[in-house]
Amino acid sequence: MSVPLPVFIAIPLVTAFLLPIFGRKGKAIATVLANLATVSLLVLAVLSIGQSRVYEIGKWSIPLGINLVLDGLSSLLLLAIGVVSTAAMLFSVRYMEQYTAKAKYLSLFLLMVAGMNGVVLSGDIFNLFVFLEIASLASYALVGFGCEHEELEASFKYMVLGSIGSIFILFGVALVYGNTGTLNMAYISKAIQSVGLNAGLMFALALFIVGFGLKAALVPFHAWLPDAHPSAPAPISAMLSGILIKTLGIYALARMVFNVFGISVSIGWLLVVLGILSMVAGAFLAIGQWDLKRLMAYSSISQIGYVVLGIGLGGLIIARGGNLAWASLAILGGLFHLVNHAVYKSLLFLTSGSVQMATGTRQLREMGGLAEKLPVTRAACTVASASIVGIPPFSGFWSKLILVVAAVQAHFYWIAAIIVFVSLCTLIMYLKVQRYVFLGELPENLKQVKENKGTMLAAMIFLASLCVLMGLLLLLPGLKQTILDPAVKVLTDGLSYSANVIGM
Amino acid sequence: MPYALCFLLFMIGLYCAVVKKNMVKIVIGIMVMEYAVNLFLIMLGYRTGGEAPIIDKGHLESASTFAKFVSSAVDPLPQALVLTAIVISLGSLALMISICIRTYEKYGTFDITQIRRLKG
Repeated sequence: MSVPLPVFIAIPLVTAFLLPIFGRKGKAIATVLANLATVSLLVLAVLSIGQSRVYEIGKWSIPLGINLVLDGLSSLLLLAIGVVSTAAMLFSVRYMEQYTAKAKYLSLFLLMVAGMNGVVLSGDIFNLFVFLEIASLASYALVGFGCEHEELEASFKYMVLGSIGSIFILFGVALVYGNTGTLNMAYISKAIQSVGLNAGLMFALALFIVGFGLKAALVPFHAWLPDAHPSAPAPISAMLSGILIKTLGIYALARMVFNVFGISVSIGWLLVVLGILSMVAGAFLAIGQWDLKRLMAYSSISQIGYVVLGIGLGGLIIARGGNLAWASLAILGGLFHLVNHAVYKSLLFLTSGSVQMATGTRQLREMGGLAEKLPVTRAACTVASASIVGIPPFSGFWSKLILVVAAVQAHFYWIAAIIVFVSLCTLIMYLKVQRYVFLGELPENLKQVKENKGTMLAAMIFLASLCVLMGLLLLLPGLKQTILDPAVKVLTDGLSYSANVIGM
Repeated sequence: MPYALCFLLFMIGLYCAVVKKNMVKIVIGIMVMEYAVNLFLIMLGYRTGGEAPIIDKGHLESASTFAKFVSSAVDPLPQALVLTAIVISLGSLALMISICIRTYEKYGTFDITQIRRLKG
């Protein structure tokens, strides 16, 4: 079935502006509507797998009008956004009862989803910037949603760095327009292929790398993430860590570098180095944390490093003219890790929300022995930890295995060693979580703790079962060919993106 | 030369956002950066002695008047972009200032060196 592309942006946008009408009395209706919106987005994303087409807004043909492009990479990201937002929305049904103004929360949530879907689908560089700002503004407001001391401080910090990133991106867009005379990504790519990269375009590329790097929290630009992600309500932490930094950061960066500007050896090395720095620094910083959500936020930095490393390694091999099969393998590892991380990191943040709601604290030292009190949360957390550490047969194992195999085949033995070493650090940090939260002595004041009920459990079980089943995405050849391979092909094809879009 | 001044304005904004300790001054710095980029966009489409990019009957009379119009009209696209960018920056300015006000209510200061509960 061919789904009209604007629907992906229209559904959450319309619902978002509809919800505040219901106000305080119609909270139940607003919740149901918001859940319907996210579920329908997930269904539409599943229906649009394996298709690729261009939609011209208002029938203005490109490059005059704005276009939306659906290709393999976009539909992979749409699927991930659908899964994570459905689970987080389901979790919010009960979790957000402790806050006032739930309808406003739901509407900001949906605005963020609309912005992310727009970023993924947009084929126009300025339009991408606009959607990126919609998603970022909604996320700044959501981080400060509790309006307490820490939340406001984190929100301000996130907002200052995020705005600087956005302004860098806008500056880059302006430079690209000045040098190529068009804003359509396919035509920009065509213009760059015919005239080559001049100084202005190189500067624009540098601005894009800094801007999207800030959004993705790669290591030199990561300072906001460990404050912002723990301060948000748990379902929003799941959204931010699970999918927002990937769509606004990694996806946009990969699209620019591979499809618009074209990969070169130096950019490939830059991505590899940024990836390795993020992996190692994030892992070391995470081990020392005593705040449950802060630990998970640092581990997000480390995991995002794997994704960038995989994509950068693939680009490096392509730019050197190496074996395309190895490059595809590295990019496959990166993208598969992106999807896996979306699922298990959002699950981890949901379990942390469940623990926080039951016990009222996030400090690891104040907890312990919750395994019997919170059996489902414990099971979900164990599954997610096993996935992130990379224990077979859980999802994280497969993507890390692919990355290691790709690195070894391309003779980057030291990269393979670093991947395994950071996995070991990840093992230490999640053993720490298991030890201090679920095992050990139960403190006196937590004897009355009860397991959360209803939709919170449903959301966690949904994601946990996905964690177990994700390996199938790789092992069943049919699924791999329809979901993962087209996404990899978009990046390995590189600059033929422009010919594909103009030809469609 | 105007481009260099525009870049200088951008750098002044970046300096202000990075170095200043007062939350409101940081917000001002970010806005100066935003305006510098808007100015840059407008300058991209500017033409000395150009005319407004609106076609009327006079321009369509012959091929030569049309060619003259095309070569002298300013580029309208950056103006549309700047309008959008201004609206976006207005939204983010409103949100930033409201967060500043709420923070002032909680902490009683705008000094970011004293607003330090988050560590690690």
